[in-house]
Amino acid sequence: MDQNATVSNQPVLRKDKSKLQWTWIEMKKYKVAYAMIAPFFLLFFTFTVVPVLLSVVLSFTTFNMLEFPDFIFFDNYIRLFLDDDIFLIALKNTFVFACITGPVSYLLSLFIAWFINELKPKLRAFVTLIFYAPSIAGNVYLIWTLLFSGDSYGLVNSWLMRFGITDSPILWFQDTDYIFPLVIVVALWTSLGTSFLTFIAGFQVVDKSLYEAGAVDGVKNRWQELWYITLPTMKPQLMLGAILAITNSFGFGAVITALVGFPSPDYCVHTIMHHLQDYGGSRFEMGYASAIATILFIMMVGANALVTKLLRKVGT
Amino acid sequence: MNKIKQYIRNKKGDKPKRLNRSAGGDAGIFVFLAIFGVIMVFPMVYAISQSLKPLDELWRFPPRVFVEKPTAKNYTDLFRMLGDSWVPFSRYIFNTVFISVVGTAGNVLFSAMAAYALAKIPFPGRKFFFKMVVYSLMFNATVTSITNFITMSVFHMIDTYWAIIVPAWCTTYGLYLMKQFMETSVPDSVLESARLEGASESRIFWKIAMPMVKPAWITLIIFAFNSLWNSGTSTYIYSEQLKTFNYAISQVVSAGIARAGAAAASTVVTMIVPIIVFIITQSNVIQTMSTSGMKD
Repeated sequence: MDQNATVSNQPVLRKDKSKLQWTWIEMKKYKVAYAMIAPFFLLFFTFTVVPVLLSVVLSFTTFNMLEFPDFIFFDNYIRLFLDDDIFLIALKNTFVFACITGPVSYLLSLFIAWFINELKPKLRAFVTLIFYAPSIAGNVYLIWTLLFSGDSYGLVNSWLMRFGITDSPILWFQDTDYIFPLVIVVALWTSLGTSFLTFIAGFQVVDKSLYEAGAVDGVKNRWQELWYITLPTMKPQLMLGAILAITNSFGFGAVITALVGFPSPDYCVHTIMHHLQDYGGSRFEMGYASAIATILFIMMVGANALVTKLLRKVGT
Repeated sequence: MNKIKQYIRNKKGDKPKRLNRSAGGDAGIFVFLAIFGVIMVFPMVYAISQSLKPLDELWRFPPRVFVEKPTAKNYTDLFRMLGDSWVPFSRYIFNTVFISVVGTAGNVLFSAMAAYALAKIPFPGRKFFFKMVVYSLMFNATVTSITNFITMSVFHMIDTYWAIIVPAWCTTYGLYLMKQFMETSVPDSVLESARLEGASESRIFWKIAMPMVKPAWITLIIFAFNSLWNSGTSTYIYSEQLKTFNYAISQVVSAGIARAGAAAASTVVTMIVPIIVFIITQSNVIQTMSTSGMKD
């Protein structure tokens, strides 16, 4: 991509310069670009890049915001994995939670978007709104505590009792048998968010003539059309959707706290986010909390790297 | 082959038939969407219904889904309770508007400027900068929450508006969307001819690129506004007089049987604003998202 609008009058030839010199000339030529990205990226470094690096550094220390930190190598990590039973529960819960909500929400988003795409534009806009609304509508998920209220005024309890399935109200959000599945249902309910919109948009921009060409080549039904034509052309959207779904599947901590409270009964839905908040936000053991944050970071980026690698292979 | 002939015939003829679609499949899709649609919409409908119920209907056994004698009393109660708190209600509104407007404006401006440079100026290092943005989509703010707390206390931002506003200025997802949209919907040839005529990059950005990406900045406004609107319970703010409308409304009704109706009303109020905003802007949002795919 070459540029004609040069700042200097003398044409500078690339072959006369070393790579470094050439880069420097280019940098001077496009200095306005650096000015344009400066505000965003200065903030981005301050609030995203540096924090990630800093939390890796802090995770090797005893930093607590008051005393000068000591460097303690891997002690925080050793404590996490060998001494902290609750962390292990949190690790397991986070992992199971992400493994369920991530793929299920991804597939739900994809298939519902595909189905919606079959509708006429007016209806399509309306149905899109219905499925997307829970993800943007503030703390509306709290209404689930009313539906599954522990007393007999809760709608679900009253239905179960009316049909004689149970005699007494079930304490949904206090009973460790029910909390985990319930929280997953609510999380999925709120999870048709940006990745869902990405798919909706992706289906709309597939070149229609491809379908006609496909029919000539022997595509017989809508499933074959989806598999052989639509999905391959939507690969960029599928990639982005996967990343958003995975990142999202690790971010339901606030929803869980709002529904079940903190700490949850028997730590049954205690996740790494809660553990982090507990040590960082309440106890100010910043070194320890940083170790937790680092592990969370590795989990999320690892999951994303793995899945995007797999997706890249699909259909090539 | 018959089917294709039929399709082509139908294309010319009067009765359009869609390719590769069976009536049974259409019915299946309709049933699936109807069932899931009801599941999705039911809790929201129930919230609205609850918010309109008078007290005796709220505590009726067995409970009913739909309201029988709707009343606006829960809403008037809610706003009366808000009026009774020691921080004036107008202050919460001001906080929300201030945080949303300043946060959103900075977000859109900074993202658009950076996106333009990344998409349309071939400066050295732009691939590196964009790659970092993509990688940052792979983890969420929980990871940085501990160190950001430290950073903010160093900058004395804790317990000020800026603790919410400034991080909102560098939302990478916004930059990502904007950059992808600029890349496809701002033609290079237009920029080239403007450059040849001697227009400065900032002039090109404001006069040519920005008007062309209107759907993208509308989308960014919506996303930024939604996240700021929903950020009522930020951990970085303690002072009551700095909290947002959303927080106030959820606190005022957090407890008490007598307040159950007002609680439902508050849920409806916080829910309805983002939904209305989305209804108005849906076509712009979808248009922006159509370019958002990740091309390696």
